[in-house]
Amino acid sequence: MSRILARFTVWRAIFAVLALAGLYATWVRAYYGLGAATNLSDQFPWGIWIGFDILCGVGLAAGGFTLVAVVHIFNIERYRPILRPAILTAFLGYLLVIFALLFDLGRPDRVWHPLILWNPHSVMFEVGWCVTLYTTVLFLEFIPTVLERFSLHRPLAYMRMISVPLMIVGVILSTLHQSSLGSLYLIVPHKLDALWYSPLLPLFFYISAICAGLAMTIFESWHSSRAFGRALELPLLSGMARVLAVLLSVYLMMRYLDLSHRGALPLLLENRTETWLFGLEISLLVLPMLLLYRRWVRQRPGALYACAVMVLFGFVTNRLNVSITGMEAGSGTHYIPKWTEVAVTLAIVALGFAIFRVVAHYFPIFEAEHREIPAEVSEPAEIMEVR
Amino acid sequence: MSKAVLYDSTLCVGCKACEGACAERWGNPYNDKIAAEERLSAHKLTAIETHGERFSRRLCMHCEEPTCASVCPVGALKKTSLGPVVYDADKCMGCRYCMTACPFQVPTYEWDKRLPKVRKCDMCYERQAKGEPTACTAACPTGATICGERDALVAEARKRMAEKPGDYYQKIYGLKEAGGTSVLYLSAVPFEKIGLKTNLPQEPLPALTWRVLSLVPDVVSVGSVLLGGIYWITNRRDEVSRKEGK
Repeated sequence: MSRILARFTVWRAIFAVLALAGLYATWVRAYYGLGAATNLSDQFPWGIWIGFDILCGVGLAAGGFTLVAVVHIFNIERYRPILRPAILTAFLGYLLVIFALLFDLGRPDRVWHPLILWNPHSVMFEVGWCVTLYTTVLFLEFIPTVLERFSLHRPLAYMRMISVPLMIVGVILSTLHQSSLGSLYLIVPHKLDALWYSPLLPLFFYISAICAGLAMTIFESWHSSRAFGRALELPLLSGMARVLAVLLSVYLMMRYLDLSHRGALPLLLENRTETWLFGLEISLLVLPMLLLYRRWVRQRPGALYACAVMVLFGFVTNRLNVSITGMEAGSGTHYIPKWTEVAVTLAIVALGFAIFRVVAHYFPIFEAEHREIPAEVSEPAEIMEVR
Repeated sequence: MSKAVLYDSTLCVGCKACEGACAERWGNPYNDKIAAEERLSAHKLTAIETHGERFSRRLCMHCEEPTCASVCPVGALKKTSLGPVVYDADKCMGCRYCMTACPFQVPTYEWDKRLPKVRKCDMCYERQAKGEPTACTAACPTGATICGERDALVAEARKRMAEKPGDYYQKIYGLKEAGGTSVLYLSAVPFEKIGLKTNLPQEPLPALTWRVLSLVPDVVSVGSVLLGGIYWITNRRDEVSRKEGK
């Protein structure tokens, strides 16, 4: 404990500053209300707490379900070493998203209301249910790590019995709500700019979330290899980068075809803020896509990392464009987040990094999953087979 | 049959008596300063807007198929059979999706309160239920705002347009907008000139999300079978090769 927490580093100083600013902003939000803590208005009721904390937070945690599908459902065993960090990222990500939602909700004490007051016609209702259920699934997917840490073999054996259906449920829940975050905006054809409004929004959100999940996995492998002095799983990451390049190509091709079929391409010739931010979003995705097709990029950790970062920024730009840039003109107003909004968001991101670091330090996140189970623990033979 | 409101902009003199009556009915403060605010807010659930020499009135449109009621995750907003779209503050968790989604930008929020509510006109639900006119209708000195059955008001609007074709732009706003609303407008000029949105779809908006949401059971059933199948195939391959290895 003392070794990891007592050392003073620049990063810890930054964390302390962000945490303090976040705490003050939290007090402003809780005591004076949304009006004092945000630049939101009746014309513009959703800001970065939705656009970044929720839309980006959920998307960036998509690496969890992507890798679960790759390793457990498609049975591509060699990716197993990076599965646990991805599940941990996803679990922390979802917990932080729910935490962030408490800031944005006018009545955070009623966050549980959608669980009892149903409205199946509401996309938000579906997202609420999926996020709740999927966070539970992630908790159950993460639990074996804790059980291993304390050598609790019997519950571990029980967990393995339900692991396959659990993982399938997790992938389906993710598919549903990752796409539904896009469906949220289907209801605003009159407000969202034609560069982004498309009947295909759910599909675009889904594919881009998988891209962000893969990029996030590369990003966190690179960072944890430095932080924990481990060797980087380069062959794995470059294999993933190849998939990422193909997925990005499919995504960008679909975006292009969508714009052209809807006759929205001429909008790109107009000199508007929307056009420039759209350009930024697309460039941040096209550039890494082109680079990742090159072998030398995929085989250099630095270059691979740079591409992953570009994809992440491209993804974040896309979500902010849909939720903010594209909504401004249609709402007849401008929105710049207040410093308290930014402070809360940054503090939550910093909290995520800090918790990940601490958990990865104390639990077997980066060790190969323990395959052998001591003989004295009785376990159905079939499960052993599957493992 | 459902209740509705008809606002005839050509008869409105901008006296703002409706605003005062509305504030009184909700127990909201009302003074010269608030009267000068020409937009809806949590303390002003109807507002008279000045557009040059003409006036326009803003209030909840009480859509036939309300977007707000469809997006609300907790069903706090409901279209009543009487006509008004009403809000149950005890259910609301403050996600503000109704505000984002409303095509008319009507719902407002109590931004400065610690336990805020959404605020919007409820077409004086309890008065209408007793057969009384809305507070704004009762207060209007010129008859610019009247209320009654929607069909009767549509007929009245058509009659006015037919009797004085020169005085009216020959359309009723609210007949088809967003699938039709329970607040109808008449105007001397095209509606965008009195600040109304004319880029709205003619179909109810809730269909846009329902089209996708109704696919959820399909995704769940096909998805589980597909993923289960893939798992079975890929793991079978492994088992076989493991056995053969032995």
